[in-house]
Amino acid sequence: MLMGKAVSEFHVLAVDDSLLDRKMIERLLKTSSFQVTTVDSGSKALEFLGFRQDENSRSSPDPPLDSSNSSNQVVEVNLVITDYCMPGMTGYDLLKKIKESSSLRNIPVVIMSSENVPSRISRCLEEGAEEFFLKPVRRSDLNRLTPHLMKTKLKHQEHDSVTEDEEDEGPQPPRDLTTEEIESQTQQQQQQPHRQLSSNNNAKRKSMDETHSPEGTRQRFADLAAHPV
Amino acid sequence: MDALQLRRQLIEYTAELFSEGFLDEQFTQLQQLQDENNPDFVVEVVSLFFQDSERLLNELAKSLSQQEIDFKKMDAHVHQLKGSSSSVGAHRVQRSCISFRDFCNAKNVEGCLECLQKMKHEYSLVKDKLETFFDLEQQLSTTGGSPPPP
Repeated sequence: MLMGKAVSEFHVLAVDDSLLDRKMIERLLKTSSFQVTTVDSGSKALEFLGFRQDENSRSSPDPPLDSSNSSNQVVEVNLVITDYCMPGMTGYDLLKKIKESSSLRNIPVVIMSSENVPSRISRCLEEGAEEFFLKPVRRSDLNRLTPHLMKTKLKHQEHDSVTEDEEDEGPQPPRDLTTEEIESQTQQQQQQPHRQLSSNNNAKRKSMDETHSPEGTRQRFADLAAHPV
Repeated sequence: MDALQLRRQLIEYTAELFSEGFLDEQFTQLQQLQDENNPDFVVEVVSLFFQDSERLLNELAKSLSQQEIDFKKMDAHVHQLKGSSSSVGAHRVQRSCISFRDFCNAKNVEGCLECLQKMKHEYSLVKDKLETFFDLEQQLSTTGGSPPPP
């Protein structure tokens, strides 16, 4: 279903200052067979992604998706899911930094928040967030991630057809991590059966089409306007 | 008490916790995330909730006892507590946080003080209930009884 790359090879970076919520999102993601790394702040997330200040706003076409950095540590992150309200760097700030970085901007970013604030939601989507999840996040919410990961994979394949890349050969070998501050990273090798929870039609939850629109954020903004939040 | 009786007691007790609004659907979500490979998941998450709550309730009491009350700081604390309680499904605690927030936004100190008492009360109730719940689960598992599905 995910075209050559098993779900268990997708690596998600989860960012939340609350230990309880980090534990929850980690478990949720692992139940869906993702590999997970959790960090407790936006700055640690950027560190993990190998963010480099001087790469801001460089207009290089289709940069590689993996975040290689100057210290030769390459950690591939396929999706970032971050809490909105965090001390210091908010989830929105983190989103901005990722989207402004030439090496990181293709990584899909999802924002989570316990508060349903329409202006906050649209601000994040405008800035390039793929999805906005209301907390507490449920497994049914994670089903909405698949199209975004597939999009990343397809883009990656396009890039690969130009340069000879071995990224798609199989499961990623374990990588060295640059920082000891990483909360946890373990590999989930087994595919667990997917519990299909009934989709939540609660008006409070933002409803999204399953199929990803190539028009990106503008399409979502239109969706948001059409669906009462 | 034998396994069958314990199991029935656990089911009834759980149903009560839900019907009385101590717990909501999110607690069930937590239970569904637990499996043989992560058998202590619910206990671990609830323990974090207990820790968060105690710390934050203390912080709120401290803030309210200051000469110059820092409403912004209190708002941040109650926001965290609301988040934790919502994540574990501690419904009544979550609701009391929402009330506190309203008083806090209105800078109503009396309201905050009263509401804090209510929050502490709700927290101690749900803590008690959850500890009893885990105790029943433990007893059931000791007798070799199979746990009821969430």
